[in-house]
Amino acid sequence: MPRGKNHPPLRALLFQIVTPLLVLSHCATDPNRQNRAAPEAVVSLPPSSWTEQKKASHALSRLAFGASPDDQREIAGLGVEGWIDRQLRPRQISDELLADKLRAFPILTRSPEELEDEFPAPQARAKMLGLDPGSPEARTLIEGIPKEELPQQIDIQMLGAKMVRAVESRRQLEEVLTDFWFNHFNVSIDKGPVRWMATSYERDAVRPHVFGYFRELLAATAHHPAMLFYLDNWLSVRDRTPIELRRLQNDPKRNGAPPPGLNENYARELLELHTLGVNGGYNQKDVRETARAFTGWTIDEPNRKATFLYRDQAHDKEAKTVLGVAIPRGGGLSDGEKVLELLSNHPSTARFIATKLCRKFVSDNPPAELVERVSKVFLNTGGYLPSVYAAIFSSPEFWSDQAFAAKTKTPLEFAVSAVRALGGVTTGDAALGYQLERLGEPLYRSQPPTGYPDTADSWVSAGALVSRLNFGLALAGNRIHGTTVDVRGHLKRRGPKLDFDGATDALAALILQHPLTPQTRRTVQVALGAVEGERPQDGERRPIDVPVLAGLLLGSPEFQKR
Amino acid sequence: MRSTRRYFLKSSALAMVGLGFAPRFLRRAIASTSAPSRKVLVILFQRGAADGLSMVPPVSDPQYYALRPSLALRRPGAGSDAALRLDGTFGLHPALAPLKRFWDDGSLAIVQGVGSPKPTRSHFDAQDFIEAGTPGARAADGWINRALTAQPEPEMGGFRGVALQPNLPRSLNGPAAAIAMSSLADFRLRAGRLSASAEKGFESMYGSAVDLALRHSGGEAFDALRRIQSAKLEEMPPQNGAKYPNAPLGKRMADIARLIRADLGLEVAATDCGGWDTHVNQGNDQGQLAGRLKELAESIAAFAVDLGDRLGDVCLLTMTEFGRTVRENGSRGTDHGNASVMMALGGGVRGGRVFGRWPGLEESNLFEGRDLAVTVDFRTVLSELLARQLKISQLQKVFPGLDANSARPLGIIR
Repeated sequence: MPRGKNHPPLRALLFQIVTPLLVLSHCATDPNRQNRAAPEAVVSLPPSSWTEQKKASHALSRLAFGASPDDQREIAGLGVEGWIDRQLRPRQISDELLADKLRAFPILTRSPEELEDEFPAPQARAKMLGLDPGSPEARTLIEGIPKEELPQQIDIQMLGAKMVRAVESRRQLEEVLTDFWFNHFNVSIDKGPVRWMATSYERDAVRPHVFGYFRELLAATAHHPAMLFYLDNWLSVRDRTPIELRRLQNDPKRNGAPPPGLNENYARELLELHTLGVNGGYNQKDVRETARAFTGWTIDEPNRKATFLYRDQAHDKEAKTVLGVAIPRGGGLSDGEKVLELLSNHPSTARFIATKLCRKFVSDNPPAELVERVSKVFLNTGGYLPSVYAAIFSSPEFWSDQAFAAKTKTPLEFAVSAVRALGGVTTGDAALGYQLERLGEPLYRSQPPTGYPDTADSWVSAGALVSRLNFGLALAGNRIHGTTVDVRGHLKRRGPKLDFDGATDALAALILQHPLTPQTRRTVQVALGAVEGERPQDGERRPIDVPVLAGLLLGSPEFQKR
Repeated sequence: MRSTRRYFLKSSALAMVGLGFAPRFLRRAIASTSAPSRKVLVILFQRGAADGLSMVPPVSDPQYYALRPSLALRRPGAGSDAALRLDGTFGLHPALAPLKRFWDDGSLAIVQGVGSPKPTRSHFDAQDFIEAGTPGARAADGWINRALTAQPEPEMGGFRGVALQPNLPRSLNGPAAAIAMSSLADFRLRAGRLSASAEKGFESMYGSAVDLALRHSGGEAFDALRRIQSAKLEEMPPQNGAKYPNAPLGKRMADIARLIRADLGLEVAATDCGGWDTHVNQGNDQGQLAGRLKELAESIAAFAVDLGDRLGDVCLLTMTEFGRTVRENGSRGTDHGNASVMMALGGGVRGGRVFGRWPGLEESNLFEGRDLAVTVDFRTVLSELLARQLKISQLQKVFPGLDANSARPLGIIR
C-alpha cells in the first residue's frame, strides 16, 4: 500500500493536534533536540561461527513471522545483514502485491466516524429511527440487518487484514513490531465503542511510529480516542471544589447524582505498563498526580466522531508533582504533555522497554548486560526505536547459541509461521482468525491492559498443544477456509516420485529448515504405517498421506520454537 | 506410571463405562475403589479486581451509603432492587440471588476483608503474587502445583490439577503434572481416520522433545487425551435439571462438573472469568457489574445443582486479585483498592455466615485513607481448604514463610 495515500480525516486531525504540541513540549525541556538529526540505525552483525543458513533462519524467526520460501530466497540474495538493514527501513521496500490484496479490506482506510456510519451498532440504528431498542419493531429491524452491515464486519476485516499482512508482507519486521507495540499499548475491541476506533488506532497511532521515537508513539496512543476510552481517561475530570460540590448537590436537575471527578485507570497503566514498569519507582501519589495532569483529555462524541478533545474546564489547574518533578499551577493540555515527556525520557522507561524488546527478540530471560546496553542506547538516542532495535540485532547475545530456537512461539507466531513455512497464501478469511481464538490468542480482544504475554510458561499447556496439533493438521490438509497451502505441489517440484524418506526429508527442510533426526524420522514413519515390513507384500507402495505428514511436522516440538 | 490395583480397575472399567455397558459389579468396584470419594477443590478467579463491597455490601453501615452515592445497593427489604439479607451487617448483591439458597441451606460462606499482606494495585503483579502464593515475591511455580507436589500421587497423571481455560494459570505452574484446556469438546485430535496414528506420532515426538516444558505438556496432553476419549466426557449431559447459562463461565463450570463426576482423579480445578475492572459506570443492582455477577452466580448455582450429592466432596472458592476503592470515583466506577471478598460453596462448608474481621469504612480504618483494609491473609483461607479439604499437611511447602497466626484456620470447613 503506498504509504500516506490513505489519510483519513481523523489521522490528519490527530497530527494537527499532536505534532505541534510535541515540538512545543520538547522545545521547552530540551532546546537542542530539535536541531539534532535523527540518529542512524546501523546493524552490524558480530563475528559468529554460525553458517549463513543458520543466521538466516534465526533472523527470519525473530524479525519475521517465520521463514517462507520467498524470504529464504530473498535473504540468501541480500545476505543476512543486508536483509535486516532493509527490514529496518521498510519505506524502501515496495510491496504492491500486498497493497493490492489489502484493498479487500475497505475498513483499513476508514475513520471511526465513517465506520460508525457504515456499521452502526444495531441498537443505535434502532434509536436513530426513533424506535425503543427493546420494542418488537426494533427487534424486527435488528434481526433484518444484513450480515455485511453488522459491526462484527469490522472485527472480521481487522483480523483478516492482520493475517494477510503477517503472512504475506515483505515488510515483516514492521508487522512484527506493529503487533508488539499494539500489544504493549493494548486496547480491546470488546470495550464499548473501541471496536470502531481500533482500526484507526493501529493505523494512525501505532504503525506510523514503530520506526520512530518512543515519545511520539507514546503521545500518539495517549491522544487516541481508543486509548482514552479503553482506559477511561475520557471521563476523568478534576475533583470539584467544596463550593462547586454544594452547588452540584443542590442542583435538582442532577437528581442526587454524584459529581464527576478523577479516574486513575489510565494514569496507573501509563506508569506501570506503558513506561516505567511496575517497579519503576512511582507510588500511589504519583498515580493520582498523573491522573490529575490528564484531566480534560477526552473524546469528542465517542459514538460518532470519536476525535481527541481537550476540555479546559475539566482540567485540574492546581500544581502537581510527578516523580519529584513540579508542574506549576495554571497549566492546561501541556500538563499531560509534560508528564509524557518526563516518562518517555525516564531511565526506568528505557530499562522497561529494553527488557520487553529483548524478551521479544532474544529470550524469555534476557541477559542483564544486554538489557543495560540496550537501555543506554534508548537514553542516548532520545528513545529512537530503530537504533534500539539495531542494538539488539547487532548484539552477540542475539546471535548466541543460548538464543537460538529459545523462544516458544505465541499462537499468532505459530499459526502465521506455519502458513508461511508451507508457502501458503490467505485471503484473510475469518476462518484463519477464528483459529487464533482456538489457539488461545483472540486478536484485538485481550481484555486486560497487559495485552498478551510473551513468555513460554504462558503458552505451553496440554490443551494449547492439542490445539496446535489440530491447527497443523487442518492447515496442511487445506481445511482452513480461505487459507491455501500446496504441500503436494512442493514435493512434486522436488522430484516426481519421492519415496517416503525423500518426502519426509523434503518436508522437514521446508518446515523445520533442517533434516530430521533418525529417531524423529522413524517416529513419523511408524505413525504413518510406512515402516518396512508393513508395506503390502505385492511391493506396491502405500500412498503417503502428505498432509498428515506435514501436519505432524507442524505440530512437532521443534516447530513450536523460534 | 506406577500401576496400582485401583488404577487398573478404574482405567479398564472406565473404557467400558464410556461405551455404556459397564457391568453393575464393575460399577460397584469403581465406586468402592474411589471410597472415600476424592475431595475436590475448585478455584474460580475473578480477574480484574472484583468489587467485594458490591458483592457482599455492608448494608448496615451509613459510611457505605455516604461514600458510594450512585453505586450503593439499597438495604434489604427496600424493594426488588435492594440487596438480599445475609445477616445484620451484610447483604448479598441481588444479581447473586441464585446463590442465596446455598447461603440459606448452609453450604455457602463469605469471607470479608481478604487480601494480600503485601498489597499492590497492579492487576498483573497482584494476580501473579496471589497465584504464586508468595505475596511480594516472584516465584516460578504456583500454590496449587506446590500443593499437588506436597502430596504426590503420580498414577493419577495430569488430572489432579486441571484448568478450564486456554492456558495454564500461574497457580498450576510447576513440577506436578497439570493440564489446561479451553473445553472438553476441543480437547481431541482431528485428523480423520488417521487420528490414532497421528496421536501416536505426536506422542513419541513429544516424548523425546529437547524442550522440557514441551515434553512435559506433551506427555500430559496424550495421557489426558486417552482418558477423556475413553470416558466420552463431553457428551455427558448435566444432571438434576441443572441449567448452565449460555456463557463462557457456564460452559467451563459444566465441564468441571463432568470431570468431577467422571472421577478421573481431579483434586483441584481452576478456571477464571474477566470483566471485573469496573472503573466506569459500574452500576448498582443493574448494569455492568450486575451482569458479570449474574453470569457468575448462575454458573456456580448450576454447577452445585448438577453435582447433587457429589457437592458434599467439593469446595468451590471464588477469589480476585484485590478489591476496589471504597469511595466511588468520578465516573461512577471504582479504582484499584485493597481487600475484597471470597465466597466458599460446598457440602463441607460451614455456610450461612460471614468469616473474617470486618475492618469498617471509617476514614481512620481505611488502608491509605481510601481502601478497605485487609484483615484476612488470602493464604489463611487457602491453607484451610488445603488442610481440611485435601488433607495436605505440609502447608509450609505450599506457602513458604506463612506465620502461625496467618495459618490459623477460620473454620470455614467443617
